[in-house]
Amino acid sequence: MVKGFLKGLFKKFNFNLLNKKSHVKLGLYGPPNGGKSTLANRICTDWLGEEMSTVSHIAHETREINVKEQVNIKNKKGKELTFSLVDTPGIATKIDFEEFIKKGMSKVESKKRAKEATKGVIDAIKWLDNMDSVVVVLDATKDPYSQVNITIIGNLQARNIPVLIAANKVDLKKSSIDVVKAAFPQYPVIGISAKYGKNVDEFYEHLFKIAK
Amino acid sequence: MVTFQFIPYQEIQQLSSAKRVNKLLNIVKEDRIVIMEGRLRKEEEADLIEITMEEISPKFKGIELSVIYPDKTKQDTLQVVRNTMATILLGDRQGFTIIGPASIVKKIERNPDKIELFTREIARSKLKRR
Repeated sequence: MVKGFLKGLFKKFNFNLLNKKSHVKLGLYGPPNGGKSTLANRICTDWLGEEMSTVSHIAHETREINVKEQVNIKNKKGKELTFSLVDTPGIATKIDFEEFIKKGMSKVESKKRAKEATKGVIDAIKWLDNMDSVVVVLDATKDPYSQVNITIIGNLQARNIPVLIAANKVDLKKSSIDVVKAAFPQYPVIGISAKYGKNVDEFYEHLFKIAK
Repeated sequence: MVTFQFIPYQEIQQLSSAKRVNKLLNIVKEDRIVIMEGRLRKEEEADLIEITMEEISPKFKGIELSVIYPDKTKQDTLQVVRNTMATILLGDRQGFTIIGPASIVKKIERNPDKIELFTREIARSKLKRR
């Protein structure tokens, strides 16, 4: 009974003797081809020494939820953060198998990919309820005012889930962090290049702030 | 030809979330572009995407969706209070929601106070001109 009471007390006050969090689910959300899987690979390579997901220039490469358990990161002060990293399929409002054919896939492959992608979007939305913190990964070269972005962030806000916006692909000339910041002024925005590792140290520092 | 269908807020006000979403989606599946007074709740927008995904087939490729909504940061305190009261009493009638079938609407750009709707026909004719 005493054990149960203490467990409840620790949970209530989010207290951890080792100053180390566990079982925190950190989700990567965003539209297709924003760089969620590239960022997942960057995090896993930096801290686990192995990649997590496959990446492709063709949209909807990630069609299933991928979870990497026990990702442990450290900041400059020596503080540790352990979380399960959840790489989700890109959320879209339309999926056209003919777009995949244009990218060189066969009709059968394209239809299969489209079907899997629709299921992936549904799963990603359903998993929103399981998240403790979310990084919304946006392509900083694209218009941030898309309704998909607004819907994702609005739903996270409605669920009181802390959000960090990663404006990805800042290595590209067309990118603009300022436009992303102007679109979502109420959220922290960090410009990164997941592919080349630009600004990722600052990104990790921000993770400590949202993964509380 | 592109057909627009206006949905006044009172038409969806009494409906449950599921019925609202299905009503809108059924209109879009008939190749019409919905212009709805007000907006869906955030959770309903996610439901709309989820149900759209369930309905996708070789014939129905999904939707294009955009909401134009007054920027609350540009409103003074009195306006915020007045609009909040109106929302409590009458529902969230502010703004407009546009939902179109992806086979007709190529993209909707919000910039952020105006909406530009690009149809597939316009996109094709522009390509031909080039």
